[in-house]
Amino acid sequence: MNPLGDNIIFDFVFPNELHVVWSVMIVLYPYITGLVAGAFIISSLYHVFERKELRSIARYSLVASLVFLGFATLPLLVHLGRPERAFNIMITPHFTSAMAGFGYIYLMYMSILAIEVWFLFRGELVERANESQGIKKFIYTALALFDLTINEETKAFDKKVITFFAAVGIPAACLLHGYVGFLFGSIKANPWWSTPLMLPIFILSAIVSGISVIIFKYFLVSYIQGFEINDKCLKTLSSFLWGFMIIDVCMELLELLSISYQQTGEWEILSYLIYQKLWIPYLVIQLGICSFIPFILLGINTIFDLKRSTARACVFISSILLLCQVLAMRWNVVIGGGMISKSMRGFSSYFPGIFEKEGLFTAFIIFTCPFIILYLVDRIFPLFKFKGYDQETVALTTDEH
Amino acid sequence: MSKNNNNSDNKKSGIGNLSRRSFLRMSLFTITASGLSILHLQPKADAEETHNSSAKTYKMEDYWWGFLVDTTKCMGCGACVRACKAENDVSEEFFRTWVERYEVSEDNTVRVDSPNGAYNSFPKDHTEQGKVIKGFFVPKLCNHCRTSCCTQVCPVGATFTSPDGVVLVDRKHCIGCGYCVQACPYGSRYVDHRKGYADKCTLCYHRITKGLKNACVQACPVEARVAGNLLDPKSKIRQILKECRYKVIKPELGTNPKCYYVGLDQEVN
Repeated sequence: MNPLGDNIIFDFVFPNELHVVWSVMIVLYPYITGLVAGAFIISSLYHVFERKELRSIARYSLVASLVFLGFATLPLLVHLGRPERAFNIMITPHFTSAMAGFGYIYLMYMSILAIEVWFLFRGELVERANESQGIKKFIYTALALFDLTINEETKAFDKKVITFFAAVGIPAACLLHGYVGFLFGSIKANPWWSTPLMLPIFILSAIVSGISVIIFKYFLVSYIQGFEINDKCLKTLSSFLWGFMIIDVCMELLELLSISYQQTGEWEILSYLIYQKLWIPYLVIQLGICSFIPFILLGINTIFDLKRSTARACVFISSILLLCQVLAMRWNVVIGGGMISKSMRGFSSYFPGIFEKEGLFTAFIIFTCPFIILYLVDRIFPLFKFKGYDQETVALTTDEH
Repeated sequence: MSKNNNNSDNKKSGIGNLSRRSFLRMSLFTITASGLSILHLQPKADAEETHNSSAKTYKMEDYWWGFLVDTTKCMGCGACVRACKAENDVSEEFFRTWVERYEVSEDNTVRVDSPNGAYNSFPKDHTEQGKVIKGFFVPKLCNHCRTSCCTQVCPVGATFTSPDGVVLVDRKHCIGCGYCVQACPYGSRYVDHRKGYADKCTLCYHRITKGLKNACVQACPVEARVAGNLLDPKSKIRQILKECRYKVIKPELGTNPKCYYVGLDQEVN
């Protein structure tokens, strides 16, 4: 900006920017909603697009999606300065704000998931109600909403409803997570966020993280419960994961390419952010290790017929790396963008505390909760070894080997 | 000769033609008068700054508030920052207004600082490499934009623009999500974590609606800050905007700020 060229020192932030406003909790929130959306997509691939090989995992994915969704708002509540006023967002929504739709989108998606899960479990609830006595019978009957009718007609109806909500849930899942991307992408004050690519990147990364977490849990639960993994199912999941991760990473690279090629007025601070501040988490972890290795491993697994153990190892390692990739992406977007000073002349510093309100320990507890709930649900209603009334829609892994 | 002698005597005994008695009498009078004028200074100043004596008849529809900063006058004393903090009970670590110092060296290095928002002005022993060829101060505050990002993104409507053009926060309704802080391109907002809600400059709304000056405007010793009614063609701000060349910060973002800067350098973001 000087006649002889600039020599900017990045050491100035506005006095109100000494603290990063959105921290670990806001990293965790889109991460969890991403898992929700991705896991739901898997169940819909089976229920709507009839990918029969995903039978083993479809039921677990749907329940996992609902459980994760139940905890998605927790990081936001912890983050809010006035959590007791959280419902203001629904009582007095200000519709010029993208965030105002959050409560409604969340409720809509929660309803879709809850209805679909209930219809999926209705057969088993009726069966258990008929087999139980006393208080157990009452609980199962209540959970079945006091209608224990089961015949071919009701089964067909249940299946139709499940298919319908599985189909409606796909755009809803995209809306839920695309909206999170839009929240960031629409902030014109921040050059690191302000890109239309943010929305598709968030949706695609959500699908990648969702498929990855289901694969990871599939391995984990099969190891704990001692059942065999369905390799056909795993291969399909691996192929989908490979495809979605390619598009996702391409979009992320496209974003990097466009901002570096355009060289707008903000390029100086963005290049400093990318090459200095986010060198490790963005270039090395997100775009390097955690993208490149899964790309190779999943590609080999998809193209070639590998030995069973090798294929499993490839998919398992890839799932873990891609979970880290998406977490790193969330971190780099939220924290990276939060560090940029609006003065465009410096960066706020951020290092997460461990035991503070929005610290790593709280994040760990929140993130662990859905896994514990999933474990408990699996103990009551086995999600992989299930003998329900409807063999068409229920995974019965052991039968497939 | 005798007259000349008397004069020389008088000069020896007093100042000029005054006798010692007269001098003491005048001194006493001056001190008393000064004391009384100081005692009455505040009400007098307040009386001067009433806008059309409209304290009791303030009609929001008659006003559209704007702010002007003359960067060529600011000397970085920080009186505005101190006055703002005292008037609005602003937390120690946050600022509704602050002053930035810009220094451009011979090698075109641009250094910007604002130690503690310039609350204690600026240290003179500021480390500097190379000779400073250009230096200036820029006071900052909320721009009270006509199309403010913070108002747009507030999910609960706690941030709003008053009918007289001041962007305000309903602190009893704000949920403290921080979305407005992220959306504001000027760094004017903050969430005070002890209070849990977003806060910012109110243009001293409690004062201007009573016909009083904003605290920072009143404290500025060089009149670098001017607040006024943009609807009134005779207001000082309208006169300055008519006569001077001015600029707003980050006009490319389309926020239409109502904080105008006279003598703004392009280095300022």
